[in-house]
Amino acid sequence: MSPVEERAAAPARSATPSRGRPARRRTSTRTRAELALLLGPALALFALFVLVSIAAAVYYSFFDWNGFGPPSRTVGLANYRKALADPVFQGAIRHNLVFAVLSVAVQLPLTVALALLLNGRLRGRALLRLIAFTPYVLSEAITAVAWLVMLQPGGAVDRALRSIGLDSLVHQWLADPDLVLYTLFAVSTWKYLGFGIILFLAGLQGVPTELREAAALDGASAWQTTRKVVLPLLGPTVRIWIFLSVIGSLQLFELVWIMTLGGPAGSSATMATYVIDRGFRRYQFGYGSAVAVVLFAVCFAFALAYQRFALRRDTDGALTGRVD
Amino acid sequence: MPATTDRDRRAVTADRLAVPGRYLAALLVAGVTLVPIAFVVLGGFRTNAQLNADPTGLPHPWVIDNYRKVLGSSMFWRLMGNSALIAVAVTVLTCGLGAAAAYALARYRFRGREGIHTLFTAGLLFPLGVASLPVYLLLRQLHLLESWLGVALAEAAFGLPVTIVILRPFMAAIPGELEDAAAVDGCTRLGFLWRIMLPLARPALVTVAVLAFLGSWNGYQLPMLVFNEQSHFTLPLGVASFQSQYSQDTAGILAYTALSMLPALGFFVFAERRIVGGMAGAVKG
Repeated sequence: MSPVEERAAAPARSATPSRGRPARRRTSTRTRAELALLLGPALALFALFVLVSIAAAVYYSFFDWNGFGPPSRTVGLANYRKALADPVFQGAIRHNLVFAVLSVAVQLPLTVALALLLNGRLRGRALLRLIAFTPYVLSEAITAVAWLVMLQPGGAVDRALRSIGLDSLVHQWLADPDLVLYTLFAVSTWKYLGFGIILFLAGLQGVPTELREAAALDGASAWQTTRKVVLPLLGPTVRIWIFLSVIGSLQLFELVWIMTLGGPAGSSATMATYVIDRGFRRYQFGYGSAVAVVLFAVCFAFALAYQRFALRRDTDGALTGRVD
Repeated sequence: MPATTDRDRRAVTADRLAVPGRYLAALLVAGVTLVPIAFVVLGGFRTNAQLNADPTGLPHPWVIDNYRKVLGSSMFWRLMGNSALIAVAVTVLTCGLGAAAAYALARYRFRGREGIHTLFTAGLLFPLGVASLPVYLLLRQLHLLESWLGVALAEAAFGLPVTIVILRPFMAAIPGELEDAAAVDGCTRLGFLWRIMLPLARPALVTVAVLAFLGSWNGYQLPMLVFNEQSHFTLPLGVASFQSQYSQDTAGILAYTALSMLPALGFFVFAERRIVGGMAGAVKG
């Protein structure tokens, strides 16, 4: 990548005004005007939609408010207490966690295994990359509708299973409360597997071939080389994959909403579908806001903790770094 | 990929075993990915009777009525236009405002610079997906419900953090001598941004633009809350609502879904390098 090389080659920025060059005063009026012009619009838009809307949600969360007229009935923390005591919301949190755990326990090994198998010279590699990435590019709405049709009782999936003699595997994929979450997980695996594989293939490109050769010369088997040399070097990719996939699991919405609306009987509800169901469809805007606040508190807590304990080394310079 | 060519010279025994495995894995991945897509596309060429009789069969005979009906409906084109309008607006806003802000944060020194940067990066932790209800309430307050502009502004605002996080280091890496030389030639700092920085940052800008466009094009949750009237819908909303409205017309649903895939697929084939590279780049920071 050329920007990286450029960055490495670039000496410390010499055009920076303040250090070592007293000629330019601290911040001239002109500079200030330029800064306002450059930063103003972005800051205004960001502050309005991101900061204000979140602050407003926190504010509304203390009201019992159906959305008509300004909120007036304060209820203190009652909305939060109610949410945390609601079995449907507890279930929703549990479903998000199941999804997160499953993706790390099932999708991650599967993705890494496939990437390891695919790493190396392969005819049609570019084509495969294109194919593998396709589901990622399609919208969740398209994915959801396509699978909804295929998973209909007596639909394509059932028919395919029957035709290879696996009648016993035919199930009520989306109507069975005990199964629906796993069905949705399978669909999301279909959508995100290729993305993960490509991420790991990129990571594998960063493993120096000399290391594998050296290990092979020392008599390490292919399996040992993979386990002791290659996998540890994939650490950064694994950590970022886990981050993206857990955050994605915590926010899960579209697939569930379109395929099941969180049903049957809340058995596939997630935090995000719960927010929209209560807040938007039932006009409980105060209560919905409280649940939304819980949702982003959970995401925020996870992101901060993960950033602090797992990602620190990898993202130095990206999220926390300074530019000097 | 050139990185592997070195190794290929060494014929390690395990490698010979790995080759069939590699092709098997490739076949598996391609198959699992393509079969559902093929089912949707081919299903659109069948009748409901065919689909009911054998959901997994091939079209026999091929019918193009389903596709013709979708392509002939002005609503489909209208939704596609809505999606395009919003996605283009989001892309322009995100890139324009994001590039300006990234430039200020990368090339100017002023008090509070790191604070502002941290503020933007903190935005990465609040994706639109978790904030859609609050954003909906805000748009309602601003009388921007049923408005494409409202959705575009909101999506752009939530797209700014990743844009700035990608562009800033890129812009900071451009050597300062270039800026000095431009200044000597009488170029102002804003002129430098326009004439030199933006052209140099084009690869990063394209990446950011592709991410913004695709994110908006595929967006579902916020448009679902904001748009109630069907003529305002975006394509993802259209797909989902078509499915629930005509749930008996499986062939029609499949044709509608297949045609909705096309723009994203075309765009993807056209911009594949940027998307894949951009994702990997964005992910690695």
